[in-house]
Amino acid sequence: MRKCYFDHAATNPLHPQVFDAMIPFLKEDFGNPMSVYDLGIRAKMAIENARTQVASLINAKPSEIIFTSSGAEANNFALRGIALARQNEGKHIIVSKMEHHSILNSARFLEKMGFAVTYLPVDKYGLIDPDIVKKSITKETTLISIIHASSEVGIIEPIKEIAMVAKEKGIIFHTDAVAAAGNISVDVKELNVDLLSMAAHQFYGPKGAGALYVREGLRIVPLIYGGIQENGRRAGTENVPAIVGMGKAAELAKAELSARMGSVKKLRDRLVDGILKVENVYLTGHPTDRLPGHASFCVEYIEGEAMLLLLAARGIYSASGSACSSKALKASPVLLAMGIPASLAQGSIVFTLGTDNSDDDIKYLLNEFLQVITRLREISPYAKGWGVWRKVDNVFRKSNGPFYKPQECW
Amino acid sequence: MYSEKVMDHFTNPRNVGEMPDADGVGTEGNPTCGDVMKISIKVKDGRIVDAKFKTFGCGAAIAVSSMVTEMVKGKTLEEALSISKETVANELGGLPPQKMHCSNLGADALKKAIEDYKSKQM
Repeated sequence: MRKCYFDHAATNPLHPQVFDAMIPFLKEDFGNPMSVYDLGIRAKMAIENARTQVASLINAKPSEIIFTSSGAEANNFALRGIALARQNEGKHIIVSKMEHHSILNSARFLEKMGFAVTYLPVDKYGLIDPDIVKKSITKETTLISIIHASSEVGIIEPIKEIAMVAKEKGIIFHTDAVAAAGNISVDVKELNVDLLSMAAHQFYGPKGAGALYVREGLRIVPLIYGGIQENGRRAGTENVPAIVGMGKAAELAKAELSARMGSVKKLRDRLVDGILKVENVYLTGHPTDRLPGHASFCVEYIEGEAMLLLLAARGIYSASGSACSSKALKASPVLLAMGIPASLAQGSIVFTLGTDNSDDDIKYLLNEFLQVITRLREISPYAKGWGVWRKVDNVFRKSNGPFYKPQECW
Repeated sequence: MYSEKVMDHFTNPRNVGEMPDADGVGTEGNPTCGDVMKISIKVKDGRIVDAKFKTFGCGAAIAVSSMVTEMVKGKTLEEALSISKETVANELGGLPPQKMHCSNLGADALKKAIEDYKSKQM
């Protein structure tokens, strides 16, 4: 059976060159970077080389990169590390409803510690308005953290504009660029951000390696205490193979960025065009301000997990933000924040493309997807409509029409 | 995550459809909070002779609907009323804990269909 991986927002396969770069550090070059003899020195040099490669991807200085175990750790580190470092100046932070759980749950932890948190609303595309950010700032605000690009709906937020709002008020600004870094051009100088999170497996690097960019001179409280690794800001013996892999992946992403973006965008556009030909299927997120490989939809009258599993049975791997597909049995808070009715959010399906996808993959997907939708709609009691439910506006075609307000129950 | 039997009933569901001359129809659940099951039954001499379903929901919900409609066929109304979420889940070779509510919906939709039939007999 044909296998098509369309879940690159979940994770990516390793680039073969990344694999090759990592191997020596899983074998003969196993030294601890803290050791003073040659084995240790080789490991230390490899880490510093990776730091330069990662810094170069986002136009930072190597000394501004702190390696972490994941994007989630980088997000926890940024939120807690800055909030705690500046708690004498104020105890208010601002995040948005588009954030990843690693930001939202860190914010909730800070709330329990006595901080006030504002969760910014978004429009129907998932877009955050810089003016609303500005209005949410109080004398107590010390940190604003906004996601760069959403892995759920693909939208790219106006980070430069929001960072400017923060700068004007002298507030520290962090962006969670886990889905963005390595997939679109991300430049910390141009964006003018103070902190930025990234993860290697989002750009064909290994799992278990992430990084937090911290602007030079910025004080941050560590998350992990111990030895003097990462200049005392992140203790623990370094995951040398993963860090080396992240460095190589960053180098390749930088070199191949425009070619990768061009090829996945072409395939993505074909996929979106094909899928929107099916009746009562809506694009979620913004039609143009979105990650090049990202295509996300809500399919009316059927449920996401059922779609996902039937597609997987045909060798097609995808994701869904439906309640049934989540372990918590709650529809994606991101989709609900965008005003998508809960019943429609149940029909969420997300395809994220990568460099390993081909034109034939898209053809196969479109063919199989239509069959899966048709089959599930035959089973659904709503195939002829929601009945008392009003028809939902098509965001993609009627860009100015609002979604109707979700009803509690029918 | 799902047993082989669940996957079988999900990918190849039995008794999908409406029943224009149904003797009883029961709908349970709502699309805002999750799954919706609609079960139709045909009753003859106190026994369920046919059952059909339509379901909006996840793989487990579809498998449960399929299994419930299979289980009730040939049963008396009293026997059918004894079908519970546990018996449906057991017949399916088990359900993941977070999917047990789907099994509940199946038993409840069936009860509603039987109540609907009984109310029409009065």
